[in-house]
Amino acid sequence: MAQLKDWQELPPGGLVTPADALQPRTGDWRTAGRPVVHYESCINCLLCWLYCPDSAVELDGSTLSGIDYDFCKGCELCVEVCPTGALVMTEEAA
Amino acid sequence: MIAAEPQLLTGGEAVAHALRQIEPDVVPVYPITPQTPIIQTFSSMVADGQAHTAIVNVESEHSAMSAAIGSALAGARTATATSSQGLALMAEVVYIAASMRAPIVMAVGNRALSGPINIHCDHSDSMLVRDSGVIQLFAESAQDAYDLTVMAPRIAEHPDVMLPVLVCQDGFTITHAAEPVTLLRDEEVRTFVGPYELPQPALDARHPATRGPFAMPDYYFEFRRAQAAALEIALDVIMDVAHRFELLSGRRVGPYEGYRLHGADHVIVALGSSAGTVKDVVDELRHDGENVGLLELHAFRPFPARDVVRLLGGVRDVIVLDRADSPGGAPPLAAEVAFALRGSDALVRSHVYGLGGRDLHPEAVRDVFRGRASHYIGVRDGDECPA
Repeated sequence: MAQLKDWQELPPGGLVTPADALQPRTGDWRTAGRPVVHYESCINCLLCWLYCPDSAVELDGSTLSGIDYDFCKGCELCVEVCPTGALVMTEEAA
Repeated sequence: MIAAEPQLLTGGEAVAHALRQIEPDVVPVYPITPQTPIIQTFSSMVADGQAHTAIVNVESEHSAMSAAIGSALAGARTATATSSQGLALMAEVVYIAASMRAPIVMAVGNRALSGPINIHCDHSDSMLVRDSGVIQLFAESAQDAYDLTVMAPRIAEHPDVMLPVLVCQDGFTITHAAEPVTLLRDEEVRTFVGPYELPQPALDARHPATRGPFAMPDYYFEFRRAQAAALEIALDVIMDVAHRFELLSGRRVGPYEGYRLHGADHVIVALGSSAGTVKDVVDELRHDGENVGLLELHAFRPFPARDVVRLLGGVRDVIVLDRADSPGGAPPLAAEVAFALRGSDALVRSHVYGLGGRDLHPEAVRDVFRGRASHYIGVRDGDECPA
């Protein structure tokens, strides 16, 4: 893992700034499939956006535009709260 | 500079004056003997409008230290104070304060740890957090306690350090005993200490950051290494701040103080108020033609190992007095000195004294110099033959 920092490079107290936090792609932890949006059923209520604990639901202005799979951990909350069944857990592409 | 008149103050009062002059933004604190006079006196000063400080009366020392971390990292200059069981209860959070690099000033009135419960002085409380990564400075007198407290924010807040600084004074012996203390003028302290400037205060919404993150095996060790480096640098910073303080006050309280070391064959190494007793005995014995000296350490963490080696070079009999024990092992200061002097010709002797407030009398120090004291000085021992 060449990208690990040496001790001299660590900020005092191990401060994590937003730029640092983008490095671990927490979407790697996803194991039980990924949520996929079926736009034909979506009413753009944005409950998925509101509930997503990882801010992985993406908007174009105020319109649902997709899921950021780099950070979606597959918790299925969006699928659970979707009132129209527009979000469906789907097997990861091989 | 016109020298200010000395006043009769206890160590606790002297440190309260230092806090009044430093005027921290926040002081989260919980009372405990023998620290209480510090915060009690300081609280009165705040109540009388002599300092603008938010004193947060928390429900325990664990909370005091936790609040201190939040406050210091948020961007407020922060101080607290404790003793003994209070420091023990804080210990978990003291480690976290050091690892989060929170520049907190903490006044410690040293007191024995339970059990049996005891309120009097020894250094077991400070030694409990020896490995936490904080800076530990020890005062010999009320004047030292005042001076070190005034120096503490500059050491703690130095950009290369950013660590808690514990200013340790012996419980009762210093905290409650009145002696002449010369204070600096309020403006002098204010200028010396300067404004509190964190590189990145937590309450800066434009620069958000996570503090105190989880570290897995791939980073924990590097994190700890960086913390060790901060303490190594702190020694130079203490030297520098001591020098600047000396220019201001005419008094020097650096990481160490050699007392009549020139040509000494027998040297005691000690921390805290007992160094004053040892100085008197050194004077007496020198008068009688004995080549004795004292190496008093004001900095225990960081430990000035190189200076110890330099100052004790050629001394064959090094006698370390510890006011704390490490049952089943070497007492903390003795272990430190012996490690620093490894490879030298010095014979390092270790004595434990004064646990739970037992006095160290000049006769005992004379016996120590002459090799007539047992390892545990002054303990009633049914097996020991009278000297």
